[in-house]
Amino acid sequence: MIDLEFIINTISLGSLYALLSLGLVFVYGILKLVNFAYGEYVMVGGYALYVIGTFTGMPWYMTMVFAVLAAAFVSYMTELVAFRPVRTKSLTAMLVTSFAVSVFLQNVVLITISSRSRAVRFPAFFSRTLEFAGATVPLRNILIIGITIVLLTVLTIVMKRTVLGMAMRAAADRFTTTRLMGVPANLVISAAFIISGTLAGVVSIFWVGRSASVDPLIGMAPLLIAFIATVIGGMHSLVGAVIGGFVYGLLFNLLSIMLPASLISYRDAFMFVIVILFLLFRPEGIWRGGYTEERVG
Amino acid sequence: MKPAVQLPTWLTKRSTVWILLVPLFGLAVILQLFASSLVVDIYTQFCVNLMIVVALQAFMGNSGILAWTHVGFMGIGAYASGILSMAPMVKSLGVPNMYPALVDLQVPVLAAIALGGVMAALIAALIGWPLMRLSDAVGVITLFATLIVMHVVMTQWDNVTNGPRTFFGLQKFTELWVGVIGAAVVIFVVHWYRESSPGLRLRSSRDDRYAAMAVGINVVQVRYIGFVFSALLAGIGGGVWAHLITSFSPKAFYILEMFVLLTMLVIGGQGSVSGAFVGTALVTAARQFLIQVESGINNSGVLNLEVFGLTDIVLAILMVVVLIWRPNGIVGGQEFTWPLLRRRKPPAPDEAVTAEAA
Repeated sequence: MIDLEFIINTISLGSLYALLSLGLVFVYGILKLVNFAYGEYVMVGGYALYVIGTFTGMPWYMTMVFAVLAAAFVSYMTELVAFRPVRTKSLTAMLVTSFAVSVFLQNVVLITISSRSRAVRFPAFFSRTLEFAGATVPLRNILIIGITIVLLTVLTIVMKRTVLGMAMRAAADRFTTTRLMGVPANLVISAAFIISGTLAGVVSIFWVGRSASVDPLIGMAPLLIAFIATVIGGMHSLVGAVIGGFVYGLLFNLLSIMLPASLISYRDAFMFVIVILFLLFRPEGIWRGGYTEERVG
Repeated sequence: MKPAVQLPTWLTKRSTVWILLVPLFGLAVILQLFASSLVVDIYTQFCVNLMIVVALQAFMGNSGILAWTHVGFMGIGAYASGILSMAPMVKSLGVPNMYPALVDLQVPVLAAIALGGVMAALIAALIGWPLMRLSDAVGVITLFATLIVMHVVMTQWDNVTNGPRTFFGLQKFTELWVGVIGAAVVIFVVHWYRESSPGLRLRSSRDDRYAAMAVGINVVQVRYIGFVFSALLAGIGGGVWAHLITSFSPKAFYILEMFVLLTMLVIGGQGSVSGAFVGTALVTAARQFLIQVESGINNSGVLNLEVFGLTDIVLAILMVVVLIWRPNGIVGGQEFTWPLLRRRKPPAPDEAVTAEAA
């Protein structure tokens, strides 16, 4: 059961989920906002792939670049229009706003495009499979591992070496103090949303690539995965989010092969029960961040 | 300044309840006498929504925790009361795989609705304690996860709920007066809870968790009481709803429905029963209006396409605008009291957590 194929597929699934949860935590870390609209950025990326790929003659790599840009742009716009005005208000106000943004984006797509799913064109090599050492693996699974390595390296350098990255890390720890040091709050928060949207855009390429179709509700599953993965990994650090993504990928694949067929439809319920149990015994997640005061009693 | 007319204490002490109930009953009488059956149906729907939103307010408004689960408790109440009230014949037709033990059960409708509420409260009591230990972001995600677990169970357990398919065949028990009286009872009970000792302690834990703990309030315990109490009412509301709609599927108890309930509560102001009342009235009216507009556009053929989802878009925008303009809702935390213009000071919002992010 657990052979090379399983390992490669688990790593590639874990990479995808790591990028997803990283995008969620970027915003959460600074704004303490659990962004319910995050899944919709993936949806926007998917629809950008569909619209650009179907109605323009652009080559596939330009399509993908524009899809990522579209997701990042929409993420930035939601910050500008919806989150910035309510940022200073209560936590519930912000959560409900993010939820409203999510409903809004979904319904805009519903009205302007369609409620039915649309086929997205991908270059042929995307679905080709590779064979080595007895394992059959789709090429895109290898691709996502490579892209994840590149993105994580770039992000690490940005966060550790650039002024903006250091400001973002500082803001995640002590926002007020960071502002007192002369860091503009709007800049840091906008940067977090843009990075978050970019990651969602990259994920959307591979997410949509699996079924080669996109529908208005496609953002739901990535959102849930990002939730679970960040909670498992730790909400308060970027490293934790990446770990959480990989652990979630492993857990998911293990449940898929171990659950009896009659219970497989309850898989999501099992995943969430695991999360709830996990939170009860280790509310700070696998990777401890700097600050943990979410728990009373 | 004393009011011009001195009212007896039994009237002023619960003045909020009277201020809300008089128009509720008054409008019901007027509609019963003069309005068409369509308007009466809408009003009944409004009363049932009011029950559920006020039940949600009992926990969410007083504890400050975004309670995703309540639409799930409404669903539990709906299914449980439906299974208990339906005749065995109808049940075996509607849900072919149902457990034989459940098929034979039948109790009067009112008892079924009450038992549906008890069922929801039992489940809340079972899962509530650990959940109430969590606050802030982790708490929100966990309650959200709990809603998903409930939804998965509802869609998959087809021996009880008929799976993702429609559950049908309930009798239409909820008429105008059932809804009105149900809403009145829930408003009365929730207002009483808000002013009672557990309610006050819960509200203090919302405003400042650490200060509340410091004066000896067991935060987890008061939250737990509020959670179970609110689930009981939400379950009863779900039962009443089920006997109004008479056929439904698990989709009715999921995220989009919760969004509608949340808009009602948040637009009005989650901090008070008056807020829940105003919000439910406004959103119900706005929704009816938008649905008319939507079907008007679709039928007239002015645009070359069908517009679905316009209602939700406008509601979403309305909600964000209200949150920007009045983050505590239109009513804003305080209750209506007699005399109307001398309001109490609003309680502080739960802004301690995000104050840092300002």
